[in-house]
Amino acid sequence: MRSTSKPRSAGVSPARRKRIIAACVAIVAGFLACAKFLSGAPPDKRLAVYSVAANYSLPLLWREGRQYVGLLELLEPLGKVSAKSEGKGWRLHYNNVEGDFQVGKARARVQGRDADLGGKFVVENNRGLVPLGSLPSLLPRFLGGPVTLREESARLFIGSVGTHFTATLSADNPPRLVFHFTAPVNPTIATEPGALRMTFSREPVVAPASPTLTFGNKTIPSAIYSESNGAAVVTVNAAIPVIASFSNDGRTVTISATPASSPAQNAAQGTTPSAPGASPGATQSAPPAITTPPTPPGRRYFAVVDASHGGDDHGETFSNTLLEKDVTVALARSLRQELESRGIPTLVLRDSDANLSLDQRAIFANADHAAIYIAVHAASNGHGVRVYTAMLPFGGDDRGTFRAWSTAQHASLPLSQSTANAVAAEFQRRQVPVRTLTAPLRPLNNLTGPAIAVEVAPQGSDPSQLTAPDYQQLVTSAVATAIAASRDQLGAAR
Amino acid sequence: MIPRHLAIAMSVLLVAVLGLSVYAWHIRKTAATPVTATDKRPLAPPIAGPTEQVTLYVAHDDDGTLRAESAKIPLPSGRQQRAEELLRALLSLYLDKSSTHVLGSGADIRSVFLVDPGVAVIDLNSAFADAHRSGVLVEELTVTSLIHTISANTPGILKVKILVDGKERDTLAGHADLSSFYDVTAVNQLATQLQPAQ
Repeated sequence: MRSTSKPRSAGVSPARRKRIIAACVAIVAGFLACAKFLSGAPPDKRLAVYSVAANYSLPLLWREGRQYVGLLELLEPLGKVSAKSEGKGWRLHYNNVEGDFQVGKARARVQGRDADLGGKFVVENNRGLVPLGSLPSLLPRFLGGPVTLREESARLFIGSVGTHFTATLSADNPPRLVFHFTAPVNPTIATEPGALRMTFSREPVVAPASPTLTFGNKTIPSAIYSESNGAAVVTVNAAIPVIASFSNDGRTVTISATPASSPAQNAAQGTTPSAPGASPGATQSAPPAITTPPTPPGRRYFAVVDASHGGDDHGETFSNTLLEKDVTVALARSLRQELESRGIPTLVLRDSDANLSLDQRAIFANADHAAIYIAVHAASNGHGVRVYTAMLPFGGDDRGTFRAWSTAQHASLPLSQSTANAVAAEFQRRQVPVRTLTAPLRPLNNLTGPAIAVEVAPQGSDPSQLTAPDYQQLVTSAVATAIAASRDQLGAAR
Repeated sequence: MIPRHLAIAMSVLLVAVLGLSVYAWHIRKTAATPVTATDKRPLAPPIAGPTEQVTLYVAHDDDGTLRAESAKIPLPSGRQQRAEELLRALLSLYLDKSSTHVLGSGADIRSVFLVDPGVAVIDLNSAFADAHRSGVLVEELTVTSLIHTISANTPGILKVKILVDGKERDTLAGHADLSSFYDVTAVNQLATQLQPAQ
């Protein structure tokens, strides 16, 4: 008689058990494959386009197993372009050139001649999409000139627009690595232990003869050029912490050792207010690009000029190609030049397209004990110039010698206001429309010394006037003249 | 041969896997769709209730000023609801096509909280902040307009906090600080500075 107390599973034969396990494994594998399929879509990629007319970028779309780009969007910044959809046909006019495309066909006709697209033509929402790989053969038909596509890094050069560079290591101790570019550059700077990385996402920087530059030096042994996802990257390997400084209107970038008494190190000392969540270590990991050659230990700047925004923070967008963060850098550089020509040592915070938090800006300025901090903003709204001082928030809980971070400006506010009035008076003297106001504008309230912000608007209605060198010079020379006239008062309070 | 109950279990698992895949696919597509303003209804004060004369402080971008404008609007009796309706009346001016201080479509006041002693919390929706023009002056005109209007018509408010979608936000649109409490006295002084020259 068969025992009924034996568990049922014990009756499964080894062969059957193997089949069950194999089936379970197959289900799990199927589930993982589904998950991978769902999450495995390539990340958003963009095509960087460099031309004489404009530098811009476009999204790349994954269709038919390859990368596609919108042809109309690609040509739009370069000339007069229009497109019309008729059934399966899609007709494109660029200046005087006409192209006929058929949905699902890999061949098109441009100016009556066949063009191979290397993949099917796609239309989505009236947008004609062509394979990325077809651009080197297709675009010259429309543009009448050569184009160079770097498909792997998604960079398209229309005409001879490349920015070349050389790198030279100085014999100083510690050494300085000097990059000379053939056109002004404004890279994003990032630092990490042992390396400084310059990312050129908007400049058509091209590779030197060899992508790896070696200098035979232990402190700065090498620099490596690479390209990926629409950007060129130069990575400088260094055995010591280094910073980047800019000169020659952005054509020269000097990589040098961090000054021994860096503002970031000083930030933790003295009675300067401590920023919430900002430790000295955090600031050292991403120091801003500081202008001018490294300063002698112990030297302090009289003026700190802060180009507002930067990196991911664009500020106001004036047009597709004009951002507030770029205008503020140009104004800050001009203001430094005007101040230094009047004998005022000046530090420009953010002299590149770096991300710099408001707390970091305040820490650097406070640690330097500058006699005056000037934040530079730009706006399309209104006319002329607005000069701001801090509008302090409610409260502020000072404890002994420690001042509250949110109201650190309190003691210096009268001097800030008299400086703002002096700057406004200089603008009035030059017949530039000006207003003085308070503003809830960080980091003005976090600064321990005199601090003002200058917001520059165009004199007319065209924001492009903000980039006009003569207007920039008019504004910055007025500010510099007023600061120079207030030098004794500001210096005495230092 | 695989026992029948195991075959059924595996079939159920397979169906579950496929079902989850389809669901995940649907979720992905939904997440990829850009989220637009959730509520684009026009804003208007309640029709019912007695009308009252109030002073709204309205921003004008053409000359960068804040001007006092009288309005008769129906107001409920509750202090908090009155503050909300007051700001909604102000917003309706900005959402009008003739306004020079334009706010994005769908901009709204989610709610106003009045907390004793003297604290007001204004909760804006994300459409208000996300579509706001960027600039020091244009942002401070908005903030001053909201705070000065509510404090002038609601006595006893000493400090104001502005939230966006119920959460703290660093700035309104890159400039005006929203991380701290606004000092109503300081805002009122700024409102005086922003008034047009006589």
